[in-house]
Amino acid sequence: MYALVDCNNFYASCEKVCNPALWGKAVVVLSNNDGNVIARSPEAKALGIAMGAPFYQCTNIIRKHHVAVFSSNYALYGDMSRRVMDTLATCAPYMEVYSIDEAFLLCNVPLCQAERYALQVKHTVLQWTGMPVSVGMGATKTLAKLANHIAKKRTQSGVFIFAGDSSLYNNLLMRIDVQEVWGIGGRYARMLRRHGIDTVWQLICADDSFIKKTMTIVGLRTVYELRGIPCINTEDAPPPKKCIVSSRSFGKPVTECNELQEAAAHYASIASQKLRKQHGAAGVVTVFVSTNPFKDEPQYSSAATITLDMHSCYTPDIIAAAQTALHRLFRSGYRYKKVGIMLTDIVASQELSPTLFLPAQSYERRYNLMQTLDSVNAALGRGAVYFASEGVQRQWAMRRRYLSPRYTTHWDEIPLVR
Amino acid sequence: MCALPVINSSSRLPIAPLYATAIKAGFPSPADDYIEKMLDLNEYLIRHPAATFFVRVSGDSMTPGICHSDILVVDRALTPMHNNIVIAAVNGELTVKRLVIKNGTTLLVPDNDTYETMALTPEVDCTLWGVVIHIIRTVG
Repeated sequence: MYALVDCNNFYASCEKVCNPALWGKAVVVLSNNDGNVIARSPEAKALGIAMGAPFYQCTNIIRKHHVAVFSSNYALYGDMSRRVMDTLATCAPYMEVYSIDEAFLLCNVPLCQAERYALQVKHTVLQWTGMPVSVGMGATKTLAKLANHIAKKRTQSGVFIFAGDSSLYNNLLMRIDVQEVWGIGGRYARMLRRHGIDTVWQLICADDSFIKKTMTIVGLRTVYELRGIPCINTEDAPPPKKCIVSSRSFGKPVTECNELQEAAAHYASIASQKLRKQHGAAGVVTVFVSTNPFKDEPQYSSAATITLDMHSCYTPDIIAAAQTALHRLFRSGYRYKKVGIMLTDIVASQELSPTLFLPAQSYERRYNLMQTLDSVNAALGRGAVYFASEGVQRQWAMRRRYLSPRYTTHWDEIPLVR
Repeated sequence: MCALPVINSSSRLPIAPLYATAIKAGFPSPADDYIEKMLDLNEYLIRHPAATFFVRVSGDSMTPGICHSDILVVDRALTPMHNNIVIAAVNGELTVKRLVIKNGTTLLVPDNDTYETMALTPEVDCTLWGVVIHIIRTVG
């Protein structure tokens, strides 16, 4: 069975872990430069603060209800993500990090014990890391994802399991909007509605040839998955919205720094390519490494986060940041099993404009270079192109007025206890 | 430079490090026989990396054992037991105290007896946050 574990209001929850004064209080987290609300605690949602709302439009409600406001603290979020993923890695023989706050687990639990297992996973992550999570389980990734949505919106326990054929759940699935299905975006949802398909259940019952005609083989795969037939593997998975992850376990353990650097460069270039494919630019690059938790040998896992000078989808920027981060992380004497790159704080690249640091001319040159790179990508690959680092951190260039302490990554900022 | 193959060992012995000197003809450097991985305090101090947090002490409620500005290594993977030193969240603040469980009551007891003991009753807003497993103090 697949389980999808998803952190509840991840950024807002990260702010709460080391700061009990915030427990039970409304918390919002702002995007870089303190522009928009990008995360809300349940209490903030209850006040009616909308996702993505511009900060200046919320100042009244924030003042009136004493809502705690934070600038995004990606050092903290990157480290908390690493902790959650490392904890999950001990819960299942196979795990796939899907985004900064979600992972698929492939677990061999009998149906009758699935609920107990899901509750156990939820409890362990909460105890170890302080992070509340929801767990959805099903025979396929798409069902696990949908189960997670149900766990979040419609259960008290925070776990939900499709413990059998989806027809057993037709009453429930008749009440869930088709747009909640993994991979069904707004455009497909509108098209389906025009053809009278509003709910998940109607999609499950839809005619195969109609689906294939209107949504290609990719859409048909999604429908098969909803019917309980696994057919989505990692590469075909729809991209997560909030972040891009590129990571892989090594075939054999890696011990040398330069090998890890090479792998990191490779995944950084894959991630940059994915980023450009969705016309995005990232502001934050996180690198994580870990040894194999199932081996009886010295264990090490860590993550480091680099904030870029400015948003970028330019491969050399991303590689340089990844290598700087890895340099900070690397410790010799361990057998590394995994390295990964995570790009967060993603904005649409059209929103970027030439700046003082990057005049229009070189901006255009970079764009052209990347276009060329993407079209000859197959030939380049494997981190073969390595540019000099440009990644000097210029934190001062960014407005982050409400930044919380980096509780878990800076000695001067660890929590105080009395 | 030449890397040695991994030493096969059933114990927790770490992996052999890189040899620092190049292999050359003639006598090998006698120092090569003694190369070992550096001792790593992380390995000694941390059992569950994902669940381990560092916090800094402010105040003297736990003297003499724990002093102002000590760093505590806190493991959240452990279940708090009687007589453990724990971090608890009380009224929105993190505090370090000794956990005493006797006759069905749970107490947070300061080692410094000029401070008050607190009984954890259902009315008290308190959550156990983690178990202190090491105290780090700079004396030099």
